[in-house]
Amino acid sequence: MVIADGDAVALEGFTHLIPFAAAHEIIRQGRRDLTLIRLTPDIILDRMIGAGCARKLVFSWGGNPGVGSLHRFRDAVENDWPVPLELEEHSHAGMANRLVAGASGLPFAVLRGYVGTDLATHTTGVATITCPFTGEALTAVSALRPDVAVIHAQRADREGNVQLWGIIGVQKEAVLAAHRSLVTVEELVDQLEPRPGAVVLPNWVVTAVAEVPGGARPSYAQGYYDRDNEDYRRWDAIGRDRDAFRGWLERELLATESTKA
Amino acid sequence: MSELGGALSADERMTVTAARALGDGVICFVGIGLPSTAANLARRTHAPGLVLIYESGTIGAKPTTLPLSIGDGELAITADSVVSVPEIFNYWLQPGRIDVGFLGAAQIDRFANINTTMIGADYDKPKVRLPGAGGAPEIAASCGEVIVIVRQNRRSFVERVDFVTSVGFGSAAGDRERLGFSGRGPVKVITDLGVLEPDPETCELTLTSVHSGVDPEQAREATGWPLAISEKLTVTPAPTQAELDALRELLATQTLNGSDG
Repeated sequence: MVIADGDAVALEGFTHLIPFAAAHEIIRQGRRDLTLIRLTPDIILDRMIGAGCARKLVFSWGGNPGVGSLHRFRDAVENDWPVPLELEEHSHAGMANRLVAGASGLPFAVLRGYVGTDLATHTTGVATITCPFTGEALTAVSALRPDVAVIHAQRADREGNVQLWGIIGVQKEAVLAAHRSLVTVEELVDQLEPRPGAVVLPNWVVTAVAEVPGGARPSYAQGYYDRDNEDYRRWDAIGRDRDAFRGWLERELLATESTKA
Repeated sequence: MSELGGALSADERMTVTAARALGDGVICFVGIGLPSTAANLARRTHAPGLVLIYESGTIGAKPTTLPLSIGDGELAITADSVVSVPEIFNYWLQPGRIDVGFLGAAQIDRFANINTTMIGADYDKPKVRLPGAGGAPEIAASCGEVIVIVRQNRRSFVERVDFVTSVGFGSAAGDRERLGFSGRGPVKVITDLGVLEPDPETCELTLTSVHSGVDPEQAREATGWPLAISEKLTVTPAPTQAELDALRELLATQTLNGSDG
């Protein structure tokens, strides 16, 4: 088992290649008390939060891109439904650098950020640090070391080497920062053909690979299928209402077969 | 699309005014929603050389359709370069390479500080939980200047924001310098009623322009602090037919599905 109750799980993919199928499987398996880590919770974590998988959320922007609120996220924060949700919130730059520190084996990363904002006073893992060379005051953010990173990629070969391209987000950093990793892919191929700008994760940094075609829907996989913007719009009405959400969960997830994640 | 199909809306006037604020050849870091619409309109009208940068890591995106999210495939496949999220913030934004940051807001205050985090008196018990910071705090700190686009009313224009997500001018003139920011901060706040600019001495937001047909008193009533009105108050030139046509054509391209291949 790659993911256990109570684990800290980063599910990454910045708008592109969001690992929906893996998240749906985590919901089906009834995982609880997870710390979910993701720059943009998006509707993938809205679903997991609404299903009661999460105890804590580490994030930087929790909206439905171009559509509006994440209503399950809001209901959890505003009304503790279905369970209270602890927040650890940062900026994108802070979250990205925390994963860079984790991937680099360092306890923290340095950036110019957070200064003058209320973020630093309401979240942990942010401190001021003095540059040993110039004396300049800078911001330190603590490293993120998830138990597990979950990502979706376009391809893997039969040895388990993984290849992704297009908007690459922070997936490489998440996988290298995490203790274990699970990668779903659009297709398994005999040989990875080189792609300009592609990220390749060698099999020895990946714990498990599963072929799940369409595993990023309703987000997209460049070269395979488009972002289903209409599905993102539809989620607004489903997520807004507890009963509509529960109905969706029963109908679309719990009553359907597990994919082979 | 050359016919004026209905009266000019307040949002259209705001978007056209915002687009005009972006000069040709400017390097612009674009937020999602109204900023993205205005920036894409500028690129289709007077500023074909405007360089669009989105936090998804797409540099020099030239979308032929209006993206719904900041990471639609259309942005990646039309970009000059696609980089990771840590790279977009660390290499491109942080050193001050970007001329203009273009942001939205849920709340904005007298000194142009922006709140996109939460509404209410207690962070732990928010009345309304908003999406959060995203890339905005560092965009507001490090871009050469910032333009904000936001609808003006008593809920959004408040004396002091409930939560400082991104710093405008802090509490007074001189705060940005004291905090060590490289950029000038918000130079224009463009609303559905007019344009506000920081007073050169005090940095307090001052009404410098109204859209035609808008009484300055209307702007005062829509503002949660005693709004100063510039002695040199001007009237924003109305959108031209060509600008309106371009805006309506642009909005019509926001197709239900993304458009990568």
